[in-house]
Amino acid sequence: MNIITPVFITGLLTAMLRVATPLLFAALGSVFTARSGIVNLALEGTMLVGAYAGYYGAYVTGSCWGGLLFAVTGGIAMQLLLGFFAISVGANQSVAGTGINMFALGLTTYLMTVMYGVTGRPSIVASFRKINIPVLSDTPFFGKIFFSHQFLVYVAYILVPVCWYVLFKTPFGLRVRAVGEHPKVIDIAGGSVVRTRYACCIIAGILTGIGGAYLSIGELSSFSENITSGRGYIALAAVTFGKWNPIGVMGACLLFGFADALQLRLQTEGVPVAPQFLLMLPYVITMIAMITVVGKTKAPASMGKPYKKHDSRG
Amino acid sequence: MNWNLKTLMSNNHKNILLEKTIPVFAVLMALIISAFIILMEGKDPILAFRYLLYGAVGNRKFIAETLAKTTPLLICSLGLAISFKANLTSIGAEGQMMIGGLFGTIAALYIPCPDNLRLLLVVAAGAAGGAAFGAIPGFLKAKFGISEIINTIMLNYIATYIVAYLLNGPMKDMKSGYQQSYMFPSSARMPIIVSGTRLHFGFIIAIALVFAYHILINKTPAGFKLRAVGSNREASRYAGIPVTRYIILALTLSGGMAGIAGAIEVSAMHGRLLNGFTSNVGFDAIAIALLGKLSPIGILISSLFFGALRVGSNSMQMGVQIPSALIDMIQGMIILFILCDKLILQIWTDRELNKQKKVLVEEAGKA
Repeated sequence: MNIITPVFITGLLTAMLRVATPLLFAALGSVFTARSGIVNLALEGTMLVGAYAGYYGAYVTGSCWGGLLFAVTGGIAMQLLLGFFAISVGANQSVAGTGINMFALGLTTYLMTVMYGVTGRPSIVASFRKINIPVLSDTPFFGKIFFSHQFLVYVAYILVPVCWYVLFKTPFGLRVRAVGEHPKVIDIAGGSVVRTRYACCIIAGILTGIGGAYLSIGELSSFSENITSGRGYIALAAVTFGKWNPIGVMGACLLFGFADALQLRLQTEGVPVAPQFLLMLPYVITMIAMITVVGKTKAPASMGKPYKKHDSRG
Repeated sequence: MNWNLKTLMSNNHKNILLEKTIPVFAVLMALIISAFIILMEGKDPILAFRYLLYGAVGNRKFIAETLAKTTPLLICSLGLAISFKANLTSIGAEGQMMIGGLFGTIAALYIPCPDNLRLLLVVAAGAAGGAAFGAIPGFLKAKFGISEIINTIMLNYIATYIVAYLLNGPMKDMKSGYQQSYMFPSSARMPIIVSGTRLHFGFIIAIALVFAYHILINKTPAGFKLRAVGSNREASRYAGIPVTRYIILALTLSGGMAGIAGAIEVSAMHGRLLNGFTSNVGFDAIAIALLGKLSPIGILISSLFFGALRVGSNSMQMGVQIPSALIDMIQGMIILFILCDKLILQIWTDRELNKQKKVLVEEAGKA
């Protein structure tokens, strides 16, 4: 049985771009927090809240744009919570992230159960529609892969160069990177470490919230308990694997997206491999990817370290 | 000057007292907030908490159930505390417990062994499986410096799918329609210690492990080195401690404990391997270890509290229809409030210092 047909490859690559989209949103957001020196383990919980808020917003307002607005708000709220612990309290950021993730899982499941009961199925809400880019989508082979997606997919890939530009070509980006490497320098130069880091949290909140909304009202228009199932963590790994650079991060997300798309396609093709091994693929590839970049990357110097302006107690 | 020293010392004493009360404060704050959430839903929080309390410790049977549910929580959180002591943020107890249950099941069903040693073999196999699964992120962290956080999380998913695969094929009970293993022989079942309840011998093992943890961490040279590696890796290296070895050791021990918890759980509560038998114990254990401030007694008390929450939340869900997901929220909030300890101490000491300053300024004004 030959499954490597043009149809299979088109389907695989289209799915890759699609599946990588939520990862890319979250990972691009996390590039900012990581560059400013924050370990963003709360990405998973932020995405989950974004997914729920997006779903709820679409349900209440009857429009996917309303849903998107809710998702962004929810995302910002969760990232500001992380910011509070990471920046203002100066707590262990991984532990704070874990706490936020637990809280988010409880909160979304709780709200879902309260709204729809334990057994009730959530109703279908407004979701984004597929947009075929005129002319381009008619190109043979490539048209289907690149130019026949729903709105948010285009946004995600357009954001890659935008984020790159902001990070490497603007004064704000320079400040973010400086805060991540030598916060003291920015402090002495009269900039605010705290304000820069909070700004990064807000950016991460917006993008991760949208990434979450993509999961609930992007492709499907439904929400289920723990819908993210580790995507936030995979996005976090993608940031390291992509060397804290939006372009590299896109490559990493596409790799993980490819693994996920491959398992989806192989399952539908009925390949005689146990589905569990296919489902395992994205997680195994994440681990292998992390091993391959060992020694070749260097995290921002102040990663995970809270900054105190006057540390009187040493 | 003498006077100043005295107040400073009494302040210090107050600080220690304050530090000890922070876990209590965290629990209270989390409960107060959840009371508001219950109120917002138009339900009576007092009634809800009464159902919670009654369901957890209302009678002999409920107490036994709480202790049975406490068992895996206690063992997993002791394990996590070992890695936290070494300043390694392991999120992997869930997957390690899963693998421990798997290895325990293999020992119970497929390995020939005399009946009177069977149970010991089950627990030992569980420990070995969990330890091996914990050693992987330990090795990757120690040798390559790869984040143990990401790897332990990825391994949780991988463990779930390994077990799901085995229960769907090679290890599936062919007589049953469900995805589960064959039933354990009675020699592989953990004995019940209070008849008429589900309280099993595993609880005694868990209590013994509390002592083992205390001795390991506080009384042995290995424990001392582990803590040294945790507080300052560079200094430990200069002092001649083999840091890489201790990083691997910490995560391996941590995984071994979770593995024991998994083996005990399948052998005592289910008698067979099931998908999702770990039911988030490994994640709750993170909150427990932190709430217990990594001390043996602290972890014991917080495990009992979380065990009670688990059992009580069911009765709360049935009695007043409040989703048991509320408990996840409470746990998340507890972690976050505990993290506020530095902030609270800071505010407190700042206030005390300001007071002192005021007194000094007033005295200077008089003189």
